[in-house]
Amino acid sequence: MSNTFSGYLRPDGSVGVRNHVLVLPTVACACHVAAQVSAAVPGSVGISHQHGCAQIGEDARVTFRTLAGTGANPNVGAVLVVALGCEQWAAEAFAGTIRAAGKPVEIVGIQAEGGTSRAIARGTELLRGLAERTAAAKRQPCPIDRLIFAMECGGSDSFSGLTGNPVVGEVADIAVAAGATVMMSETTELIGAEHLLAERGATPEIGERARRMVLDCEKSCLAYGADLTGSNPSPGNIEGGLTTIEEKSLGCLHKGGSTPIQEVVAYAQRPTRRGLVLMDTPGCDVESVAGKAAGGMNLMLFTTGRGTPMGCAVAPVIKIATNSPLARHMAENIDFNAGAIADGTTTMREAAQALWALVLEVADGALTRAEILGHREFGIRRAAPTL
Amino acid sequence: MATFQPAQPVIQIDPRDNVATALAPLDAGAAVAVGAVAVTLKDAIPRGHKFAVRAIAAGEAVIKYGQPMGRATVPIAPGQHVHVHNVVSARAGGPAANSRHSAGGSRQ
Repeated sequence: MSNTFSGYLRPDGSVGVRNHVLVLPTVACACHVAAQVSAAVPGSVGISHQHGCAQIGEDARVTFRTLAGTGANPNVGAVLVVALGCEQWAAEAFAGTIRAAGKPVEIVGIQAEGGTSRAIARGTELLRGLAERTAAAKRQPCPIDRLIFAMECGGSDSFSGLTGNPVVGEVADIAVAAGATVMMSETTELIGAEHLLAERGATPEIGERARRMVLDCEKSCLAYGADLTGSNPSPGNIEGGLTTIEEKSLGCLHKGGSTPIQEVVAYAQRPTRRGLVLMDTPGCDVESVAGKAAGGMNLMLFTTGRGTPMGCAVAPVIKIATNSPLARHMAENIDFNAGAIADGTTTMREAAQALWALVLEVADGALTRAEILGHREFGIRRAAPTL
Repeated sequence: MATFQPAQPVIQIDPRDNVATALAPLDAGAAVAVGAVAVTLKDAIPRGHKFAVRAIAAGEAVIKYGQPMGRATVPIAPGQHVHVHNVVSARAGGPAANSRHSAGGSRQ
């Protein structure tokens, strides 16, 4: 097996499988201008959110970390920061983090420019300049061991734990054996499996940290007096055969493969270790995917049983059907059918090899269905109310 | 991990499991083989749903993947559908967990 793929080598040593030009609004009030600017420059990527002001404590820090981390993602070639001017986190704070990753950054401020139309005009001019600069970058051989893969499950059914997640787990093991990093998250969907995680730490302390992360998540749910059933598992999960959160978690766990957990990181935090890493995120896919993107993920393997079309603003998402009826019914959204394993037409081993081959094609530039269809979901985890 | 047999529309993931999963919709009355155990289905089982491989007492753990995944709320006979109507979560997903925590008098 080759140990390189064809990608973008970044100044900080990270590697990208894409070379996006990103428009990053610092705050909800800057999103309309940001969207208009992105629409004016074909090929640019825009994100939108409802946050960035009147937030407190860890909630505010999470918002900053998620936005800045998205801009600093290795798949991003350049960033235009769109600011209002009076918001909680100044544009320069974001720009500083992104420049430290070696990327060109420009800033346009709505208040500084004098309103919507002037900001759109100036922003479009700056973005076109960034797009020209990034267009000059060429793919070259890059080490596979610098890739950060992320595993996700969404719209799960009981096949998720039988086909999709186990085959993703086999690919996780292949990636770790190649020296790369694999991120798993969705803490809620580890409730009921945390005792198994605790045994998997590279050290006892890491295993205990993983276990505590899950138990703290459960405590939060209980503190709200909430019965998870009906929210997680969702009605679609339940229709698909999943009865309890424990059952879902026992199936979800497989997508991390079998290697020891090397690190446990907070939401939107970049891992420092290679190998299998856990990130503390909600089970909600929009927030989970955005958190891992802010943590630097290059490429995602995403299993679904009920059918979610979700993509990610800055990283390709390979969508894996857990069952063949879904792969046929929502064919335009599915990149790989793991349902063939349950049909008996392919073995787990054969499917894992084929999926790994697809991963490398996508890393080299092949577009996923979510990219072709324009799915660019983005969402930030909340930890406190807005004030 | 158990292997899939194309002709077999059921899978029991772990030999310790007291449930098996239907890989295709199965009719009530159908006779299925779960390993060496013959089970006659008492209910229609939708695709992806579970049925009991052996009797499960009220309050007993439902075992899947060789691990507890909840508790039966009523006695469940072999071949019966096992799902939200007769199983609750023993964790944050279940009303039993909530009452266990609030009975202690303090929320953490």
